[in-house]
Amino acid sequence: MANILAGAIGLGLIWGIVTLGIFISFRVLNMPDLSVEGSIVTGAAVAAMLIIGGAHPLLAVGGATLAGALAGTITGFLHTRLKIPALLSGILTMTALYSINIRIMDGRPNVPLLRQDTLLTPLIDLGLTRDHAIIIIAVIAVILVIAFQRWFLTTEFGSALRATGNNPHMSAAQGINTNTMKLVGLAFANALVGLAGGLLVQYQGFVDVQMGIGAIVIGLASLIIGEVIFGRKTLLRGMIAVVLGAIVYRIIIALVLEAGMAATDLRLFTAITVAIALWLPHARDQIDAISRRVKHRKNSFGQSDYSGLASASSAAATDARTANKSKKTRSRGDH
Amino acid sequence: MLALNKLNVTFNAGTVNEVHALKDCGLFLEEGDFVVVIGGNGSGKSTMLNSIAGTYMPDSGRMVLDNKDITFMPEHVRAKYVGRVFQDPMRGTAPDMTIEENLALAQRRGKMRSFRRGMKAAERAHFREILSHLDLGLEDRLSTRIGLLSGGQRQAITLLMATLEKPKILLLDEHTAALDPKTAAKVLEISVRLIEEGYLTTLMVTHNMADAITFGNRLVLMREGEVIFEATGQQKANLTVPELVDKFISAGVEVLV
Repeated sequence: MANILAGAIGLGLIWGIVTLGIFISFRVLNMPDLSVEGSIVTGAAVAAMLIIGGAHPLLAVGGATLAGALAGTITGFLHTRLKIPALLSGILTMTALYSINIRIMDGRPNVPLLRQDTLLTPLIDLGLTRDHAIIIIAVIAVILVIAFQRWFLTTEFGSALRATGNNPHMSAAQGINTNTMKLVGLAFANALVGLAGGLLVQYQGFVDVQMGIGAIVIGLASLIIGEVIFGRKTLLRGMIAVVLGAIVYRIIIALVLEAGMAATDLRLFTAITVAIALWLPHARDQIDAISRRVKHRKNSFGQSDYSGLASASSAAATDARTANKSKKTRSRGDH
Repeated sequence: MLALNKLNVTFNAGTVNEVHALKDCGLFLEEGDFVVVIGGNGSGKSTMLNSIAGTYMPDSGRMVLDNKDITFMPEHVRAKYVGRVFQDPMRGTAPDMTIEENLALAQRRGKMRSFRRGMKAAERAHFREILSHLDLGLEDRLSTRIGLLSGGQRQAITLLMATLEKPKILLLDEHTAALDPKTAAKVLEISVRLIEEGYLTTLMVTHNMADAITFGNRLVLMREGEVIFEATGQQKANLTVPELVDKFISAGVEVLV
């Protein structure tokens, strides 16, 4: 059980970085960016090939981050320069990245990291398990990313980025180039996703061209779970919340798998979770409305004659009129 | 100061829905002019203001602001010279950002946005000061999200944002039309004070004939994309609401009074 938990936390932390990227596109820029499904693989593939080529594992993560940023830039270009809707721009990038990712991997659909030194190696040599090693590395990565992101979003540039997502009209009127902001924002978001891919490949020891499928829904599930449980009062709190959300999501997944759910049913489970989480904020209002309607029907059960209602309201109107009149008389008296 | 010369703007050109919104529209504003623009729906008032702001690029014509040709200058570049308040109070502010964050964004209008901190402590004190002049009790709510404020409060803050960095031209596009009469009067009062204090060159669109006569030193009436009547100074001050309505009617504009 402890093993499962450690694995879930490690994976959750890495996916927390993906979620921080999705936080930038979905929450800050208010743009549904689906390129994530491709850019996470791009990050992983670039990192894998760099490591196999003999690069330092840290450099490999840097390369993965840059590759992710480039992928985001393409989506940004399609959206801001070619005026393709955001959703479609992301899908186009994601589709194109499938081919590009296989090219990065030398034409193979997957690449294993056999007996390569990764970021985990020094820690494993110290006697840590793989899961514990990735937790340490991912915690450091998450802290660095959150610190950087918080700084970035509170700079003059970052404020302009937030304003762009919040109100593009106002931003343009205040001299903000909203196209540049969207482009940079998407590049930044996907850079984080690429970074996460670079860590993920070192943890799981291989990259597969299919590993990005469902990333957007997993990320969204994490984002929403985090916000619902931990709140989004301030920027910092919101960012920590989505990372915690990613961990909670992984723990839930680990538990349901442990309980015997088929791994192939995972996507269905995730989709339903996201649907419920998205509905939750509206659920209370709807249930409230239904209960009010039921109560109303109960109170007027068997009533078919509404004349009483009419006379009651006309009586009220007369009351108001007399009250008005007396007020007028009073004010006349004052003069 | 601002010169519009034979400005033409067409929407949906070449389709059955083609609208010639501005037709050889010409207007000249001296520095410090406060021009009130009236006209029926579809007369081109908003198109004119949006063209000056750079939201629409004209088909032809020329726009010169302070000896600078701005005809095809992109909207976000032009924002350096242009302060705007929209009709919709939701349009001028970022709802999920705080009052001070919105003001800090406006403070940097037309400036390079770098990686320095988005707001300085000294600015906060300044914001508090100018907010207190609004007399809406907003000076103690600097870190309140704008989305929690009323339309009137948001419009007042948008006015501050438009004038925080002195604009060469202030564009008010029916900025009190969505407010209740009392709030509208208050926002208008704030507008006039800011315009007078800053000696701001202003274009204000309104549908309120009494306001059109009371405020500003010039009045222009638009119809079908052109300025068809103009009154200045004493001539404007002597106008009465019925006279103005007559002008409207003789201009072929339907009025409900």
